[in-house]
This record gives sequence, structure tokens and C-alpha cells, in this order.
Amino acid sequence: MLSKKSAVPFRGTKEQEEELLKVIEELKDEKGALMPIMQRAQDIYGYLPIEVQKIISDQTGIPLEKIYGVATFYAQFNLSPKGRYQISVCLGTACYVKGSGDIYNKLMEKLGIVGGECTPDGRFSLDACRCIGACGLAPVMTINEEVYGRLKVEDIDDILAKYE
Amino acid sequence: MKSLEELRVIRERMQGTVAYRSEHESLEEAVASEHGKYRTHVLVCGGTGCTSSGSQKIRERLDEEIRKNGLEEEVCVIKTGCFGLCALGPIMIVYPEGAFYSMVKEEDIPEIVEEHLAKGNVVKRLLYDETVKGEDVLPLQETNFYKKQHRVALRNCGVISPENIDEYIGTRGYEALGKVLTEMTPAEVIQVMLDSGLRGRGGAGFPTGMKWKFAAANEADQKYVCCNADEGDPGAFMDRSVLEGDPHVVLEAMAIAGYAIGASQGYIYVRAEYPIAVERLNIAIKQAREYGLLGEDIFGSGFDFDIELRLGAGAFVCGEETALMTSIEGNRGEPRPRPPFPALKGLFQKPTILNNVETLANIPQIILNGPEWFASMGTEKSKGTKVFALGGKVNNTGLVEIPMGTTLREIVEEIGGGIPKGKKFKAAQTGGPSGGCIPTENFDVPIDYDNLIAIGSMMGSGGLIVMDEDTCMVDIAKFFLEFTVDESCGKCAPCRIGTRRMLEILEKITKGQGTMEDLDRLEELAAHLKSNSLCALGQTAPNPVLSTLRYFKDEYIAHIVDKKCPAGVCKDLLQYKINADKCKGCTLCARICPNGAISGKVKEPHAINPEKCLKCGACMEKCRFGAIYKE
Repeated sequence: MLSKKSAVPFRGTKEQEEELLKVIEELKDEKGALMPIMQRAQDIYGYLPIEVQKIISDQTGIPLEKIYGVATFYAQFNLSPKGRYQISVCLGTACYVKGSGDIYNKLMEKLGIVGGECTPDGRFSLDACRCIGACGLAPVMTINEEVYGRLKVEDIDDILAKYE
Repeated sequence: MKSLEELRVIRERMQGTVAYRSEHESLEEAVASEHGKYRTHVLVCGGTGCTSSGSQKIRERLDEEIRKNGLEEEVCVIKTGCFGLCALGPIMIVYPEGAFYSMVKEEDIPEIVEEHLAKGNVVKRLLYDETVKGEDVLPLQETNFYKKQHRVALRNCGVISPENIDEYIGTRGYEALGKVLTEMTPAEVIQVMLDSGLRGRGGAGFPTGMKWKFAAANEADQKYVCCNADEGDPGAFMDRSVLEGDPHVVLEAMAIAGYAIGASQGYIYVRAEYPIAVERLNIAIKQAREYGLLGEDIFGSGFDFDIELRLGAGAFVCGEETALMTSIEGNRGEPRPRPPFPALKGLFQKPTILNNVETLANIPQIILNGPEWFASMGTEKSKGTKVFALGGKVNNTGLVEIPMGTTLREIVEEIGGGIPKGKKFKAAQTGGPSGGCIPTENFDVPIDYDNLIAIGSMMGSGGLIVMDEDTCMVDIAKFFLEFTVDESCGKCAPCRIGTRRMLEILEKITKGQGTMEDLDRLEELAAHLKSNSLCALGQTAPNPVLSTLRYFKDEYIAHIVDKKCPAGVCKDLLQYKINADKCKGCTLCARICPNGAISGKVKEPHAINPEKCLKCGACMEKCRFGAIYKE
């Protein structure tokens, strides 16, 4: 597991904060509202830096350490921002036996980062994911919403070149 | 709010339309049958598999071409859930002919529309080749992939539009809920579930009726029904397909469960990784509320029930029942000790039942057709059907639903169409990270809950990954351990530390540094994990190791004693070599090698320096003469 702390300074806007406050107001009286609030907060900011966690804590009265605990427990909460293009390589079993491990290694080599990191120019971030359920197309990776299936290591260069 | 009578009217209006998309004796009969407004129905798969292979674009192009040809009044395009044969996606099927177009390309659409939809000439060239026999077009049900299947849980997937509640009602949807609320007592409903012999499809196989009975017996001011849609086993996607293809069946079954145990609130905990499923569930819940099939006083029976959606956030352990409930409560999704069982103290400390999606998908059918019908399928102790997600090294990857008791041979060879490239079958892995590998020698064991446990695997949620001779079993065991190490929540020490220690030993072995004592140590650690871990994640984590040790010990020994990986997977044990007879001395490999490990003169055989070789495989990929091999 890599560090979930962010080295990037927080650049939240007033509009984002207002939107978050609205979300909290709407949800906070529901039972077990913390995760839905955090999920919506991540939609707003793209990630969950400590500054955002503090806002949630102040508004809901839930201790910050509990929020931090939840944020670090689940793989989907990011404490640092992602690249413009988020690459996820499926390392589920069906993809793995069809060679997705090689695809993942090749991407790390090409991008010069390891899983969980973002390239210094903010262009690509790379993650491994567990089964997106497109097992019929294994091996599979996604870049933002786009899905690439039946991949071969040789395809990587051409695919990355499409993203500037 | 709709009454039972209004529901019947919708059903009568819709059932012809829906039945139009099924088997008919002859094409004439199909054409003559009632089909609603449109003479031709084009069903395009909108499941995750086909969406990934581009079915959205196919649909847009279809709409465009249909408009161009002025067929809007005669032909309708319906976005359905998964047909099952994901390997051939994007898939579309045209009724009344039942013509099955596979791997459809956007540029083929104009031809299909002009020839088939406008003039009625099926474009045979573009059909799935198994459905073309000379001049005839065979129905899908006669292909090897579908012939042995029996669809209960998946019966509506790929048939109806999941975003149209009326189509679900047309397949007798919500009729079971009506029957339960107006004709049966909760105790009678539970008795039907007990008699049917339905067992939980999520993994452990606990009898569903028993679960309901325990929860019903506990008095409380509030009880809950939870649906476990946190399908985390890599390689299993049947729950997602049900949610995407037939979301209403889950809502209906949850309401039935709520009535049986006396709960008025349900939660569906679904993976956030399944955006299409989440979207369709939201639509379905909204429609069901509009029709009064969720909410207060359903069918005027005085029974209230509503459902809320909760999204997971990427933690495998949340598929475990107590962890799932802890997560819905808004906490870190860590499991807690049982007892107390959820039937007594579950979500928010109230009696709760938790059923898996596939389990729920069977329930309305059991109510309508009777428990005897359900119990007539399957084996003595495992009734009904099971959906498997067939993946890995097999020709027909996709979803298959078969009666319990079908053999692995039938699944892999007949339904799956065998192993690609003429390779040899080695093992099938079931049960994901909690299961094990089944070798050839057990090819003819009828698959059910108890037989799978007896041969060292488990049903799990139904992922079935086929492996061929190129799969290293030690590497697979390591792969699953990496998964459990990653996903162990860390609450209890046996799982947190034990899985890591086991992984370290496996890493040692795959690097060629293992000793025979390591195998004993693995077994010893496995026993500790099984008996001492808090939840099923840790208790079953050693299974992949134990089952590969049981059936493929010679591979472990080859890694340890001979320092070789027979399947050619473990990099540290491989050496790339050049076959001097085949090498033409073209120098390509020497130029490609990133580390200058290959040398040789032009037009003379080259050689690889093993000291410098990084084992990246670049040379082997590029060699035009097949002269480079690994061993």
C-alpha cells in the first residue's frame, strides 16, 4: 500500500464548498450517512484531502479520526488527486490468467510510476483494479470511461499516444 | 398506486410483446403472434461486457439507419441486459426470426438494416456461425453454449428492457408479491422457501428459508432486509448481470422477504464499480415507487416496504455479512464476531437478513411455480440452478446458468467450447480467493455445494476460471494470496499476519529459493488461519494454496527442487535461449534488447547472456523466426 497523503496543495473553490455543504445538509440526518457524504464529496473535489474531511467533520459532528479511518479503509477514496487520464488495469483472475499482469508491468515501465501514483505532469495515474466484470474481453484496462479489451502488450504505445 | 387488477391489465397488454422475443414453433407462428406495436424487435445487449465492446455506438447507429430507412413505426430497438455470451460481444438479436448477430461492427449496421430489417433477408454472413446451418438459421437455444442451460435467475436477462417496469410485469413480474401479500401468511412464505431447498448463492450455501425463519422469530420494532450486491470475487459477474438485466426481480424478492420476516426497510449494498447496475437500480426503484409496489400499503394489504441503495467503496471484505452491515452503518467495513448472528442483531442492532442477488432472483419464481418445481431441479442437497461466470482460457467466455449437478466436463467442453489454441485443460478455479482449483481427475464430479467442498474447493459466488497448461499453479496460489493480503481488513491477527507470511513463502518458492520444509510450514499456517480467523475471508484464504498443494504438489516440487517452472510463468526460474538452428542472425533481437544481453555476428546464430538478461521477453516477441524460447 502506498502513502495516501497528498503532496499537492489543496485548491478547493468556494463553489465546491457550497455544493458540499448542500450535500451534507441533505444527507446528514439519514442513518449511516457518512459514506454517502464522502462519496459525493469525492465526486465534487475529485479526491478527499484532509481539508475536505475537516469540513465534513465540522458539519456532521463526526470526529475527524473516524472520517480519516473510513477514508483510508476503502480503496475508492483517494487522499491525493488523480491524473487527467486515470488508467486502471484489471487484475481480476480472468484477466490475470490472460496476461494482465504483463500489461500492468509494461504501463509502470512506460509511465515511470508505480500503481497508485500519478505522473509528475499530472497526465496519467495508474491503478490496479479488481474485476470490472468484463471478463469476456480479458485482459482489460480502462482509461477514464473508455474500456480497452483483448489487450496485447504491443498495443500499449498506440493507446497511450491517444491521450495528450 | 396500482392495484392487483391494474397490474393484471398491464401484464395482459405486455405479455405478448415480451413473449414475441422467445421460441416459437415456426417463423410463421412467430410473425402471427401478438407483438405489440412493432413487427420487428431488435435487442441489443447493454450489459457491461457488450458496453465495453462498443454496443452503445451500435445502438446509436441502428437508430440512425432505421430513421433513414423510415422504419421507426415498424422496428423497435431495445437495450437489454446480458445475453451471457460476452466473448462474442457486442451482441444483438432480431425477432421474430431470432437471428443472432455477434461481434457486430458499426459499419455492418447499414447492411443489416437495409437487408434484414427492411427487406427481411437475414444477413447470414454476420450471424454467430453456430446458428447458421446451410440455408437455415438455428435458434440460439440450439447452440452448444445455450443448449444445456436452464435459465431461472437469468430468465429475463437479454429478453426485457431493464428500464421498463411494464416489460417486467409482462413476464409475470410482481405477481408473486401480489400473491404473497393477499393470499399467504408470513409463516407460509417461509415454509415455501424451506420446502424449495434454496440455498444462498453468495458462497456459503446456507438455506435461505432457515435464515428467514430465524429473523422472523425475533421480535423487534424494526427489522431489515439487505441485499448483498457487493460482488467482489474477481471473475464473477452474475449478480451484476441480474442487476443490469432484471433489476425489478431483486426489488420484488426483497419485498417478499420483508413481508416474511416483518421488515419494512431494505438496503441494497452494491459495488460502486458497477455504474450501469447502479443506474438501472435507481430507475427501477423510482418506477416501483411510482406504481406503489414499494412504499406504503402495497396492494392495499397494509404492508409497507421501501428500499434504499448504498454504494460500496472498494473493499472486498464488505461482501462478508457483518462487514457489509458495519459498512452500511457508515463505518470501516470490518467484520465482527458471530454470535450474535444478524438474524438477532444485525444492521443498526436490529434483526436483519442478508441475501445475495442471485438468491433473490430465484424467489419470485419459487412463489409462482411452487417449491416442488424448484426442488425438482438439481441434486439431493443442492436444488435449482446455479449461474457460473465462465472465464479464463476457454472459448465461450460468459455467463451460464445450469442445473446443479452438471459436471465440469459439460461446462468446459460442451458449453464453453473447449480450450483455445488446442491447449490442454489443466484446472478450473471456483470460489475465487476462497475456493480452490479442480484438476482433470475431478472432471466428472457433479457440481454442487457439498461435492465442491469435498474436493477442496467451494461454490463461492460462481466464478469459474479455466486454466490451461500455460498456467502455473504456484503462481495462481500466489496471485490469490496477494489478493487476500491486500483485502484483509487487519482487524484480526491470524488473517492480517498469516496471509502475509503465507505469501512470503510462496514468493520464496516462485523465486527458486524455497525448501521442502516451506511446504509443511504453509500447511501449518493454513490450519491456523482456518481455525482462528474472525471471518470467512481469513478462514478460507488458505484454500487456493491447500487445493493446489493437494493436486499439483509436483509443480511446487519442481519449483523447489529442480528450480524450474513447468508452465514457464515464474520469471526468476526462466531462461531465455536461442535455438541456433532456427536463428538466421538477423541481429534484430540484439538491437531490441534493452540491456545488451544478446550478442552475435550478422548471419550467424546469436546467444543470450543469462547474467545480463532481464527476462522481459522483448526479443521473443519480435523474433520473426521463432528461434527464441524460454524454459
